[in-house]
Amino acid sequence: MSRELFKFKGGVHPPEHKAESNTRPVHAAPLPKKLVIPLRQHIGNPAKPVVEVGDRVLKGQLIGAADGYISAAVHASSSGIVSAIGPAVVPHVSGLPDECITLSTDGLDEWIVHAPLDYRAMEPSDLRMRLRDLGIAGLGGAVFPSAVKLDPGATHSCPTLILNGGECEPWITCDDVLMRTRADDILQGVAVMRHLLGSTEILIGIEDNKPEAIAAMQAAAQKMDYAIEVVAVPAIYPGGGAKQLIKTLTGREVPSGKLSTDIGIQVFNVGTAYALARAVHHGEPLISRLVTVTGHVLRPQNMEVLIGTPMHTLITLAGDRDGTTGVLMGGPMMGMPMPDLDVPVVKATNCILVKSRDLFPPLPAALPCIRCTRCADACPAELQPQELFRFAKTGDFGRAQEYHLFDCIECGCCSYVCPSHIPLVDFYRYAKSEIWAREKEKRAADLARERHEFRQFRLEREKKEKAEKLAAKAQAKRAELAAAPATEGPAQTDADAKKALIAAALARAQAKKAEVAPKNVDHLPPEKQREIEEIEARRAKIRELARQPLETDEKKS
Amino acid sequence: MASPFIIDRSSVTQVMAWVLAALLPGIAVYVWLFGPGILVTLSLATVTALAAEAVMLKARGYPAKPFLMDLSAIVTAWLLALSLPSLAPWWLIVTGTLFAIVVAKHLYGGLGQNIFNPAMVGYAVLIVSFPVQMTQWAGPLELTATPLTLAQSASVIFGGDVPKATLDAVTMATPLDALRTGLLQQHTVDEIMTQSIFGHYGGIGFEWLAGAFLLGGLVLWALRIISWQVPLAFLAGIWLAAGFLHFFDAGRFGAPWFHLFAPSVMLGAFFIATDPVSGATTPRGKLIFGFGAGLLTIIIRTWGGYPDGVAFAILLMNLCVPLIDQYTQPRVYGETKKTRAPPA
Repeated sequence: MSRELFKFKGGVHPPEHKAESNTRPVHAAPLPKKLVIPLRQHIGNPAKPVVEVGDRVLKGQLIGAADGYISAAVHASSSGIVSAIGPAVVPHVSGLPDECITLSTDGLDEWIVHAPLDYRAMEPSDLRMRLRDLGIAGLGGAVFPSAVKLDPGATHSCPTLILNGGECEPWITCDDVLMRTRADDILQGVAVMRHLLGSTEILIGIEDNKPEAIAAMQAAAQKMDYAIEVVAVPAIYPGGGAKQLIKTLTGREVPSGKLSTDIGIQVFNVGTAYALARAVHHGEPLISRLVTVTGHVLRPQNMEVLIGTPMHTLITLAGDRDGTTGVLMGGPMMGMPMPDLDVPVVKATNCILVKSRDLFPPLPAALPCIRCTRCADACPAELQPQELFRFAKTGDFGRAQEYHLFDCIECGCCSYVCPSHIPLVDFYRYAKSEIWAREKEKRAADLARERHEFRQFRLEREKKEKAEKLAAKAQAKRAELAAAPATEGPAQTDADAKKALIAAALARAQAKKAEVAPKNVDHLPPEKQREIEEIEARRAKIRELARQPLETDEKKS
Repeated sequence: MASPFIIDRSSVTQVMAWVLAALLPGIAVYVWLFGPGILVTLSLATVTALAAEAVMLKARGYPAKPFLMDLSAIVTAWLLALSLPSLAPWWLIVTGTLFAIVVAKHLYGGLGQNIFNPAMVGYAVLIVSFPVQMTQWAGPLELTATPLTLAQSASVIFGGDVPKATLDAVTMATPLDALRTGLLQQHTVDEIMTQSIFGHYGGIGFEWLAGAFLLGGLVLWALRIISWQVPLAFLAGIWLAAGFLHFFDAGRFGAPWFHLFAPSVMLGAFFIATDPVSGATTPRGKLIFGFGAGLLTIIIRTWGGYPDGVAFAILLMNLCVPLIDQYTQPRVYGETKKTRAPPA
């Protein structure tokens, strides 16, 4: 491994806790009685249901079709009957329900007819649409529809393809285990990516705390007939972040506000490559994934889990224990707390982390910022978190943006090192959501103003046109009258015409006034409405937090 | 509560405790070479600071316990005590400490909000208001015939009945005072340096004290409690400014080593200018902040009205911090010329 590696700034070394879960063999989680499959598991438009309550569906059958370019389909993870289509609790911080398709499984696990794709013979655009319809999305956490990322664009090509096996979050080992056990399949997926992107350089970045995974991937890479470089990168959080991995492997930075493809690099998670291989070589949609179940359980392990499986069944399987204080989806640095354990495993679920008081002691009360800049030293985006905190707290969102708030990747390093234990990332999320909300309001206000201005302009114009028309008419009449024997003074006719004009204008104005100005939040589709509610709920929560971090503390003492 | 759900177990208390621990070698050398009087000063300042902190927290409606536990008041107290003459009267110590905690810290908003270093504000108030009492320095034991015991020191500090002769026998001008007075009397630096108070680099005893503060400062740097930029730039500022002057007229300006090894410089460079709250935060800003403070120290020592200038230099640089920070924002990941916002 002679490749020169580069160091990204910042990063932290939280305890890894990988050994707990990466030694047990992988088993498939048993088929649950009920599968809850959310229609929105990816970034972009939610899928549209194509089945109805009461339908029998087969394993792998399309139940929600992709809606538009940036979308992905969802499929039945097993055979059974559609028992409900409607809102259900999903893994989301807000705890708000989202549209889901619920299946009562029949235990037969009967597959739909499926066949491999001859991807080399297919039109690239057709292949991408097939992948979208097979529900392939990024499994590293962001769940971006892969078909979109596999489109190099008309003029672009993507010379460098990076496979992300970093898995820098503590506790999570699903990528590690996947690479150890299914390296060949992963590389089959890489072949498809290479085919679509026309990449000439293929790098696989794996943190050096996973020697078995590195060895397995290297062995598999040797079998390929083109060069694939498996690179051990230093284990440091967030070294598996796409931007950080790009920097480590290539020394290049993704320009602020741009995509990695703008510098000719595309990054995929190893799990995505595996899903892609299953899709292409077996025709299987994305209906299951590896999930790490770890933390405060008796047997931390990785399981092959059907999408839609309720999380509590997995925790039971891993052996639940007394003293559980909560469950996270994802790792301790960027994961989110689950509002309810009935929530299903989704495409984004890489880890179910069960908390206890011992493993996750409650965070101490926050003290004021002492500007020690440990956060700045730890920030992989090279921001000045202490300044962003100050701006967010004082509501100076404009300056927060000037100080690159939107370059924050919310990795949590700043909060992790803060000696004052300030939940810094919460403040950045709050500031971001406030800015979004304000932009939305501003856009609405701009639109309203534009409409109003145009209406004023139109009224003026109509008035003028009418006046001209009337004047022309009056002129004609005058000419007529002048031609006829004069019985009435022309001045009076003129005054009459004016009066009529004014009356007409008044009547029009009255009628217009009666019309209610259109409201921007009326007649929105339900998902928009829901999105607004979600954002409002989040803002309220965060505002509560931001108001006075010392309040709770005061109450205690 | 949202992510992250883990933190490393550092705390403000831990940071402050390390600062206090790093001052211990300096305090030990102080006691060893100048007698135990400083312990009385330190204790009095500590008690005053904690009491003032508790009262102010209560008055401002903050919970007392977590803030008293953060030890920041004690750090302020110790830094002020170590800057004061070791035989300063009790009321001087109390006044300075009260001013530091009540005005410079709490009236500005408490921990993390003070734009000036509280200890230096306390010091500045005292030297401006009570210049005479601010000269009661115990001389190094090496030069005193009958050094004061702990009880005698306490007696002096608390205004007890100590014969003037005893007091005169132990108090002495500091090397910086001696240099200043000598220069005012038209002596050359070389002539002044022949006085018994001067040692190898700085004053007898004083240079060892400076060394002990340097040692403590290096420990703080090794532990990453302080960054390297501020102390290094501060010392560089002193050395370059003093060296420049000394190079042109060695007779009228003290040598750079002499200036470096005055204890106030090492204390200032590693413990006071590095105060994160009142200092610059960006890497380049820290360099500018430290260098400016060093430069101003020499300017004030040379042309100002007081023998030492560390306190005023740091306070002046504290004033510049918002400006320095704003104009030294580092480049962020992926930042291009296009995306760089002009400092507004």
